[in-house]
Amino acid sequence: MNFDKELDAKGLNCPLPILRTKKTLNEMTSGQVLKIIATDPGSVKDFAAFAKQTGNELLSSAEAGSEYTFFIKKK
Amino acid sequence: MDDQKKLAIIATKGTLDWAYPPFILASTAAALGYETQIFFTFYGLQMLRKDLSGLKVSPLGNPGMPMKMPFGPKWFKDINWNIPNAVQSLVPGYESLATTLMKQTIANNGVATIPELRELCQEAEVKFIACQMTVELFGFEHSDFIDGVEYGGAATFFEFAGETDICLFI
Repeated sequence: MNFDKELDAKGLNCPLPILRTKKTLNEMTSGQVLKIIATDPGSVKDFAAFAKQTGNELLSSAEAGSEYTFFIKKK
Repeated sequence: MDDQKKLAIIATKGTLDWAYPPFILASTAAALGYETQIFFTFYGLQMLRKDLSGLKVSPLGNPGMPMKMPFGPKWFKDINWNIPNAVQSLVPGYESLATTLMKQTIANNGVATIPELRELCQEAEVKFIACQMTVELFGFEHSDFIDGVEYGGAATFFEFAGETDICLFI
């Protein structure tokens, strides 16, 4: 999937992946896509909840081994 | 009408472990678009001090706290050190040792530090209110606290809390 920016949130635990994501999205423009890689198993539910509450669209959420990859489109 | 969601937290605890819930919830709420305030009162004022080294964790009288070592081989880390309260209370520096081990565990797990979370809250414009009555009661000066703190009383808290969607006492 194409993306405009990538955020490495590996090794970070709640709530840092969400806070870093929010901060990175603030630097982006509407319609741009952010790719996030995380290792926190709680992030799967958290990113879905973040997207639902902020209106930024979660385009995909995938798990490969111990890594979770999310694509979020900025509102 | 302003449809922004609002969260108010009263933070009353002054230990390292209990400093986490208010700052984690406030910073996350802010990231989700909530307007957020934390009212710090009694021991919660410790979380506003410029110097946060006074935040410690005490296993004494806390049977819910696992005492595990943050280093060494897995079998060693898995041991839960069951140290009787009577011993904990007699050994000088026991809390400092427990705090050092806790901070190491926090770092090992990629969990943010309290100064880091507090700064993230401030960046996200979480408003910090210190209870003026307890500031005086405990002999603090405003200069003991970080910049950006506002000072007020119970009425100040309710002015915002009365309009919130979520209100927590921690």
